[in-house]
Amino acid sequence: MSLIEMSVNLGGVRMKNPVTVASGTFGYGYEYADLVDITALGAVTVKGVRNQPWPGNELPRHVEVPGGMVNAIGLQGPGVDGFIESYMPFLREKGVPVIVNIWGTDIEEYCEVARKLSDVPGVAGLELNISCPNVKEGGNAFGTDPAVVAALVRAVRAVTALPLIPKLAPNVPDITVFVRAAQESGADAIALINTIPAMVIDIESRRPVLSNKVGGLSGAAIHPVAVKLVWEAARVAQVPLLAMGGIVSAKEAIEFMIAGATAVAVGTANFIDPSTPLRVIAGIREYLERHAMHSVAELTGSLI
Amino acid sequence: MYDFICEIKEHNEITSDYRVLKLYAGEIAEQARPGQFVHIRIPGLESASLRRPFSIFNAQDGLLWILYKSVGRGTERMKSLVMGDELQVIGPLGNGFPLRQNVMPLLAAGGYGVAPLYFLATRLANRGTLVVGGRSAEDILVTDLFRDLGWKVVVATVDGSLGVKGLVTEPLLDELENNTAAGAVCELFACGPDGMLRAVGELARSHDCKAWLSLDKHLVCGVGACLACVQKLRRSDGSTWMGRVCSDGPIFEANEIVW
Repeated sequence: MSLIEMSVNLGGVRMKNPVTVASGTFGYGYEYADLVDITALGAVTVKGVRNQPWPGNELPRHVEVPGGMVNAIGLQGPGVDGFIESYMPFLREKGVPVIVNIWGTDIEEYCEVARKLSDVPGVAGLELNISCPNVKEGGNAFGTDPAVVAALVRAVRAVTALPLIPKLAPNVPDITVFVRAAQESGADAIALINTIPAMVIDIESRRPVLSNKVGGLSGAAIHPVAVKLVWEAARVAQVPLLAMGGIVSAKEAIEFMIAGATAVAVGTANFIDPSTPLRVIAGIREYLERHAMHSVAELTGSLI
Repeated sequence: MYDFICEIKEHNEITSDYRVLKLYAGEIAEQARPGQFVHIRIPGLESASLRRPFSIFNAQDGLLWILYKSVGRGTERMKSLVMGDELQVIGPLGNGFPLRQNVMPLLAAGGYGVAPLYFLATRLANRGTLVVGGRSAEDILVTDLFRDLGWKVVVATVDGSLGVKGLVTEPLLDELENNTAAGAVCELFACGPDGMLRAVGELARSHDCKAWLSLDKHLVCGVGACLACVQKLRRSDGSTWMGRVCSDGPIFEANEIVW
C-alpha cells in the first residue's frame, strides 16, 4: 500500500484524517465508544453547550421522513461547567481532538462559554452554533443576519485563541455573504450546513408532529443541497471548510471534498449505522489510492 | 454493547398479527438481561430509515427471541423476513429490570408487553402472578410459557372475549391485596401502554410498594446520544431532570417518573 497523507489542518484543528461527526449526532463520544473506535476519528464534535444547563424541548422531538428525519431536540445539555467536568475527562483520556459546539442567547454568553473552554486540555476548537433552528432564544436568530454573524465572531475571537468554526445556516439567499462575514471577523474555518428548517403535520389531528412545531431536516435527503452550498462557499472562502449534510458513505464525503471541503462530518447516519465514519475514512483512502492521489488535500476543491 | 450482523434462525407466526423472531446473536444474547432491548436495522426498508427498538423476549443458547406485532412500515417489512436473512442488531441496550429475589413479583402486561416480562420471569427465583390484558383474546399471547414456568396467569380483555372483562388494573389490585394479606412483600413489574403504566404506578403508590415500569418511546440512536427519547424524572431530593429512556431506562421505578 502506498503512503497516503490523510491528515488535514482545519483552521488550526489538526486532524489525522478529514472525518469528524456532526454536533448532536454523537453525544459526548462515550455513548458510542463501545461500538466505534472513537480514536480513529479525525475529531469528535460534541453536542452543543451553553453556559448553564438547558432542558431542551418537549416531546415529540423528532419524526422520521423519507430520506432522513426532522428534529427539534432543543439543545438539551448540562451547561459548559457540567460538560467540562463530566465529559471532557473521557475524551481527553482517549486523546482524540475535541471540537465543542457552543451556543448562547446573546453574544456575551457565547463569549463566556468560549472563555471557560479556552484553557481546557483536549479542546481543539470551537464550533459556533449560529444556525440551530430549534431554539427561539439563540441559534438561527444569529445565523441569518450577516452583521450579527460578524459581531458574534469578532466578539468570541477577542476572548479565545482556540480555532473558531462558525456553523452556517443553509436557509439564506446567498451563502457567500455569510462566509465573507465570518472569515473577515476572524473565523479560522467554516462549517456548513446545519439542518434545513422543516415541518411535518399529522393530518388526522391537523397538528404539527413536533412539539416545537418546526424542526431541522437532516439525513440523506439534504446532501445535494449541502453540496451546492459548499461549492458556492468554496468560491469565496479563504479559510478551510468543514462540510456536512447527508453523508451516508464515502461517496458523499468525497463529493464535499471535490466541491471544496477540507474536512467532513457524519451526522444522522451515525444513528442508523454507527460504523459510518470509519467506513467513510476507509473509503476516502481507497478512493485516493484508486485515483493515484498521495494526499487528501489533492481532493479538496478538485472539481473539474 | 455490540453491533452485529445476526442471522435469522426461526421466524414463527403465533397469530396473524404477532410473530416471534429468533436470531443468532452471540454475545448480545449471552449478555442480555430482562428489560433490555435491541436496536434493529430492518433490511428492505429505504436505506435512510432509522433503526427500530425491540424488547428482548428471551435469550438462550446464543439466540435472541423477539416477539413483535406488525404496527407500521418497519414491522410490516419485518414479517417477510425468512430463515437465513441477516439483520444489523445493536444491543443489549438499556438498564433492564432489577432482579429482585426476595419479593413476590406481580407482572402486569398490555398485549405484546408480555415480551420482556417473560424474560424476567425466567430469571426470578420467586414465582408470582402475570396479569395480562388486551383488547380481545387475540392480543393475549404466550401465557402457556408463563404457566410452564410455574407462574399463575390472570387474563383481562376489554371486550371480555377471554378472562375477566376490563383492564389489567382490577385483577392486579386483587392479586396485590391478596398477596399482601397473606404476608408477602409485593413488587410490580409492568410493560404496556403509558396509560396502563401510569395506573400501575398509582396502584403501587397507594399500596406502598415498588413498581418497575418499562417505558416505550420512539427512539433514534438507542444509545443515549441524540436525546430524542427523554422523560422527565424526579430524584429522591425532589429535583427533576430529563433522563434518556434508551440509556437511563427503559425501566424506571414509578416514583421517579413525572407524568
